[in-house]
Amino acid sequence: MSKESSDNGNWKNWLSRQWAKIVTNRKLLPVLLVIGLLLSFAIPQFGLLNQYIVLILIYVGINIILSTSLNLVNGYMGEFSVGHAGFMAVGAYISAILTTKIIPDSLAPWLFPLVVFAGGTGAALIGLMVAIPSFKTRGDYLAIVTLAFLMIVKSLIENIEVIGGPRGIPGITRLTTLPWTFIWVVIAVWVIRNFVYSKFGRGVLSIREDEIASDLMSVNSRQVKMLTFVISSFFAGVAGALFAHILQFISPRVFDIIKSTDILIMVYLGGIGSIAGSILGALIFTILLEVLRPLGMWRMVLMPLVLVVLMIYRPRGIMGLREFRWFVPGYDLIATNLWRKKKEAKDVSTS
Amino acid sequence: MFLQAKGVTHYFGGLCAVSDFNLNLKPNELIGIIGPNGAGKTTIFNLITGVYKATKGSITIDGIELVGKTPNQITGLGIARTFQNIRLFKDLTVLDNVRIANYSQSKYNPIEALFHTGRYDGEERRIANHAMDLLAVFKLQDYADEASKNLPYGLQRRLEIARALATHPKILLLDEPAAGMNPNEIGQLMEFIGWIRKEFGLTVILIEHQMRLVMGICERIKVLDFGATLAEGLPVEIQNNPKVMEAYLGEGGDL
Ligand SMILES: Nc1ncnc2c1ncn2[C@@H]1O[C@H](COP(=O)(O)OP(=O)(O)O)[C@@H](O)[C@H]1O
Ligand SMILES: [Mg+2]
Repeated sequence: MSKESSDNGNWKNWLSRQWAKIVTNRKLLPVLLVIGLLLSFAIPQFGLLNQYIVLILIYVGINIILSTSLNLVNGYMGEFSVGHAGFMAVGAYISAILTTKIIPDSLAPWLFPLVVFAGGTGAALIGLMVAIPSFKTRGDYLAIVTLAFLMIVKSLIENIEVIGGPRGIPGITRLTTLPWTFIWVVIAVWVIRNFVYSKFGRGVLSIREDEIASDLMSVNSRQVKMLTFVISSFFAGVAGALFAHILQFISPRVFDIIKSTDILIMVYLGGIGSIAGSILGALIFTILLEVLRPLGMWRMVLMPLVLVVLMIYRPRGIMGLREFRWFVPGYDLIATNLWRKKKEAKDVSTS
Repeated sequence: MFLQAKGVTHYFGGLCAVSDFNLNLKPNELIGIIGPNGAGKTTIFNLITGVYKATKGSITIDGIELVGKTPNQITGLGIARTFQNIRLFKDLTVLDNVRIANYSQSKYNPIEALFHTGRYDGEERRIANHAMDLLAVFKLQDYADEASKNLPYGLQRRLEIARALATHPKILLLDEPAAGMNPNEIGQLMEFIGWIRKEFGLTVILIEHQMRLVMGICERIKVLDFGATLAEGLPVEIQNNPKVMEAYLGEGGDL
């Protein structure tokens, strides 16, 4: 009995050592990226996986973009935005209008990256308009402002007949492919990672810790908050554009508070202030949603319950404030050691 | 004139926390502000650094008006501070605490940050090395990767001073830096303050609750009581001032 359990322990140790070896090997990352890209082309090309699985993979990708970008505001910065679905809607509508009404069908697949970028840019501009009044004063207005924003976006879209009003836009071409999703996920994660590991990202963290102290340590907190919100909105718009071109039909109802809640669940499930957490949260949530599909309406009861239980027992989520080494820039990992080595070398040469 | 305060008055609702405060600080001076609890000392630091906006009066540095400026603008003009109740970024590493204070010294823009350009790389290296050098001055280099909340109390106090210095200040405001220390540690701290002042060419304002601590190192002392300036002068003059004795006796004679 005892031998068995120690065998078990050894086996676990071995596994965790292998795991540590893999995740600390940073040279593996570019290799994995290339393999991922090749696979994303090969899977639909050669029908390696069935259509349904490919669709789920695309949703996982879109959800990763959504959760990583919302984590910037709700996790890293410690504010509370419920407006992510609204920015998604902006990106979705701008891109869908471009591909259904403006760009000829023959050109659309070639211009799709630009279309997605335009969706993101539109969402970023609207994000700036929301950020300016929200961050004028210190305080917790963001939840209320973004809730109001979400309602305004919805009723605006419902009342503009040229874009279909409450009926929405049908017949959108399915332009969101697995490779495009993969590429946009990599861009989103890379850019957000870069932001987090910069003076602005450290500013964001310090605002979450203590905003007044942060200001007194020369951080321009208003600028940092606006920047963070705009970047977050941009990627919500990108995700919205990808979403519109896989769903092939959008209406104001698609981007309601439930959609925002879904993204909140992914962020808090995976873990605040962590890119790895956001990816994990999006992955678990998307798969769980599919597995629980037979439950129908009960899903809507179960999901919020999951969130409540999580908030009580693991308030920071699975990865809360911890990061996978793959996502930390190499220099950040070795900065202190480099300094020590340099100092030792100097001390030796002077003595 | 260097740092100057004229007729600075501040109300919290009906409570007058500071009334008609005046100050003329010369470069490289080390002055002390003392007074019983609730006298308005911390409020004066909050007014100078822009945390609160003075109800009345003017505060200038090199002739530039500070009242109405934001805290980060004021820090940019060369005023840094520590806090009576330590306010480190607790969950962040010791190194990050100092790097954050380098915010306005890091010369790259958001676009360069988003794409980690060459300038970002160069600046990040410079900042990290500068932060480590500063930590080494404070003998904190071995804790660089530790979360700041895990540091012992005395080291947290030191880290707060290091973090303040990372903003490259001309004037350093220290709010009861000796709070919670034993007499031995206090002696070392006072020596240390004198040393960093010389080393970094600083002008220092030191708030202290217990009078005897500042007697040794301050060139000039201001005594506050109920927001009003009770006395001002050389340490010996303050020590023998009957009004000061009275104010402190009310406090239980904590001289
Ligand atoms: N934010 C605030 N709101 C209301 N009253 C305050 C505030 N900050 C300080 N006070 C009051 O102002 C007075 C001076 O406080 P403070 O400057 O902290 O005193 P000291 O630092 O000399 O102990 C006290 O009576 C205190 O209660
Ligand atoms: Mg005080």
